[in-house]
Amino acid sequence: MNLTFAKYTLSNGITLIVKENHHAHSVVVRGYLPGGANLDTAEQVGLASFTSGMMRRGTEKHSYAEINEIVESVAASVYVNTGRHLTGFGGKSLAEDFKLLVELMADNLLCPTFPSAEIEKLRGQIITDLKEDEDDTRTMSGRYFRELLYTIDHPYGRPVDGTLKSIPLLTRADLLDFYHRLHPQDGAVVVVGDVTGEEVYQILEAALGQWQPVHAPPDTVLPPPRPLTEKAVYLHRMPGKFQADLVLGWLGPERRADDFYAAYIGNTILGQLGLGGRIGQIVRDTEGMAYYANASVQGGGGPGPWYAFAGVNPQVVDKTVELILAEIRRFQAEPVSNEELADTQAYLTGVLPLQMETNEGVGTMLLDMYFYQLGDDYIARYPDLIKAVTREEIQAAAQKYLSDEVYALAVAGP
Amino acid sequence: MNNKRDEVVDYTLPNGLKVLLKPLHTAPVVSNWLWYRVGSRNELPGKTGISHWVEHMMFKGTPTFPKGSIMLEVNRNGGVLNGFTSHDYTAYFETLPSDRLDLGLRIESDRMANSVIDLAEVESERTVIIAEREGGENEPEWVLYEEVMATAFRVHPYGHMVIGWKDDLLNITRNDLYQHYKMYYGPHNAVLVVVGDIQIDRVQARIDELFGPIPAGPPPPPVQLKEPPQQSERRVIVRQPGNAAYFQSVYHTCAAAHEDAFPLMMLEAILSGVSFGGGAPTHRSARLYRALVETEIAAYVGAHYQTSLDPDPFRFYGTVRDGRSPAEFEAVLDTEIERLRREPVTEEELARARKQVRAQFAYTLERVSSQAQWLGLMEMLGDWRQFDTFVDNLSAVTAVEVQRVAQQYFTPSNRTVGWFEPIRG
Repeated sequence: MNLTFAKYTLSNGITLIVKENHHAHSVVVRGYLPGGANLDTAEQVGLASFTSGMMRRGTEKHSYAEINEIVESVAASVYVNTGRHLTGFGGKSLAEDFKLLVELMADNLLCPTFPSAEIEKLRGQIITDLKEDEDDTRTMSGRYFRELLYTIDHPYGRPVDGTLKSIPLLTRADLLDFYHRLHPQDGAVVVVGDVTGEEVYQILEAALGQWQPVHAPPDTVLPPPRPLTEKAVYLHRMPGKFQADLVLGWLGPERRADDFYAAYIGNTILGQLGLGGRIGQIVRDTEGMAYYANASVQGGGGPGPWYAFAGVNPQVVDKTVELILAEIRRFQAEPVSNEELADTQAYLTGVLPLQMETNEGVGTMLLDMYFYQLGDDYIARYPDLIKAVTREEIQAAAQKYLSDEVYALAVAGP
Repeated sequence: MNNKRDEVVDYTLPNGLKVLLKPLHTAPVVSNWLWYRVGSRNELPGKTGISHWVEHMMFKGTPTFPKGSIMLEVNRNGGVLNGFTSHDYTAYFETLPSDRLDLGLRIESDRMANSVIDLAEVESERTVIIAEREGGENEPEWVLYEEVMATAFRVHPYGHMVIGWKDDLLNITRNDLYQHYKMYYGPHNAVLVVVGDIQIDRVQARIDELFGPIPAGPPPPPVQLKEPPQQSERRVIVRQPGNAAYFQSVYHTCAAAHEDAFPLMMLEAILSGVSFGGGAPTHRSARLYRALVETEIAAYVGAHYQTSLDPDPFRFYGTVRDGRSPAEFEAVLDTEIERLRREPVTEEELARARKQVRAQFAYTLERVSSQAQWLGLMEMLGDWRQFDTFVDNLSAVTAVEVQRVAQQYFTPSNRTVGWFEPIRG
């Protein structure tokens, strides 16, 4: 794998990373500005997401319909979206249309006009989407799990897309106000594809480099979540459903925590490797109770959740919970086997070329690397980071973060 | 990117296994796909879902790769794998670092010949598949789709979902599964596609070694069921607890090999954009989005022509915007369909669709796994050489042809309409 890339800094502080790939005639752009759903308040949950949705819906130069027409007539795509810590932007096009892609992207970022009619159109779509979510057992179990684990006082405890209570109340002034908090300082753009570094730098500098708002960048410091002191359980009744979804979990490590890799590898053993790791093995393969049963550790800018989840017949919810807790006890009581660790290390290092096969894959990797400040040589160091983790470190992470007594459990089903 | 026909090596082993090899050295990755010409199309009443179930059973192991080891072996070699079953075919794939290709070939040749269909494993998988089905039953759109298709088809197996009816899943036996496996999952009914960082000679020799000794079975029985022409409009209304309303309609059309297939694909592109490639869907400048989403009647809308071995429908589907009704959705859609029948689409629309097709196809070529998938898919539906001519054939479609297929197929007596009306709690 060729791991070289070029790095530039635009006049306003945005970091630009360019990875040339001349195998395919396309180009992918992935960028972010600091600050996303973490800037929402409990009363105005969904504001960041609503705002980013509106940034693509009309600018000083183009209406929403015109943007769609321009982008799609060259089969390109342009997006602005919201993550828990950032406002993302970017797109994809054939290399011949790269300049057009950047112009539209910059237009969305710098000159959105928030037309009132478009706000109402988008509001209606968000409300419909949220109502669809209310019919989805998996979405609802995830939502209530976060609320139990973090409470709605913490940004991680709230849905990024907002709620049926908050969205109807958000005004155009609220959206504008949020937009005016965004700032390019500490932002980054990654460009991967059939382009050259110098050419990309010139185009991006001209399009984005002069964007220098007078206000200060937003304060993105996350309050620490309050750890659970006792088991928290919520059952959400959804009449007419055939299956129940459950999520059971705890606060996990931050992405930059020293023991993140131990947790990450441990989680792969617990709920990913093969047919869903140990949890998939027992719940799906041995007991035949679920089509999916896995575990996930999310890392993130703050302590993201570490959780197990499954979709099962309502009659076996309790049994599934017991099986998961039994796996957690084993995971804490004894180190994983040498074989499990070796398999997982081989998997996570071996799969890297697959993840880096496409421009999208490379772009996502490079952007994460920059966002989490993992170092420019991160990809080269990655195999060593994975191989360095020991069985004892995994057990210690399991003991530190997980518990079979104190956990959040949300179940959504009939 | 070079993508000429002469780069594909195409040959057939004496036992009937067709092999397609394509070297592509853009990344140190290889993707091998084994396709079987079997799917829900080959199922009889009482045994629906059996193909999908066999697909699951083929992950349960062989004497050489015991239970649990297939996925684990691929993972520990830095690879990913999966399998899926559709109407017309079943496919298994492994995408691996290119120096590990041998593992993928060993797994596929071994489970073609030696899958253990163990009684206890059949029973444990029965409830897994029922759980998979119940996950679908939780979703209003899935329920509506099952009802609409079962209403649109009275004879042909396309009328049931790939996963099968629940009672059939309760009744199918270990022996049913074993017979199905023996009948359809042999070299005589399969196509192996390998794309990626490979050396043709070495791979060819290894394929001969691994797959050559597997005996061919008798030819599977042909599918002879034909759906009689629909004589009158059919409608279904699903009322269940929920918060959102949905609309779906289907019109019977033609098989993928028919001359109308490309005009129908172009019609789909004009109505709801091109979404088959590796790029984002290009639907927001297309007709249906403008007519239904921009006017605040739908939150989402799409159209799709399913290319299949036997005639499959052209579908319309969407989420009704909160506060609006499926009837309003249907009225606007009818106006759009009438417009297609009345006047030809514009050259501008055709030009945009052609560019989208070209770009999406280029995006598709970026992954070795996508290339392998496309080659196999084309071969399942007729001939992999369509992979080379696909963009040109689609681009050659004229406005007159689009109007002709709209007039021919989009008639009231040829459609089945479904509404999902939520009973709000």
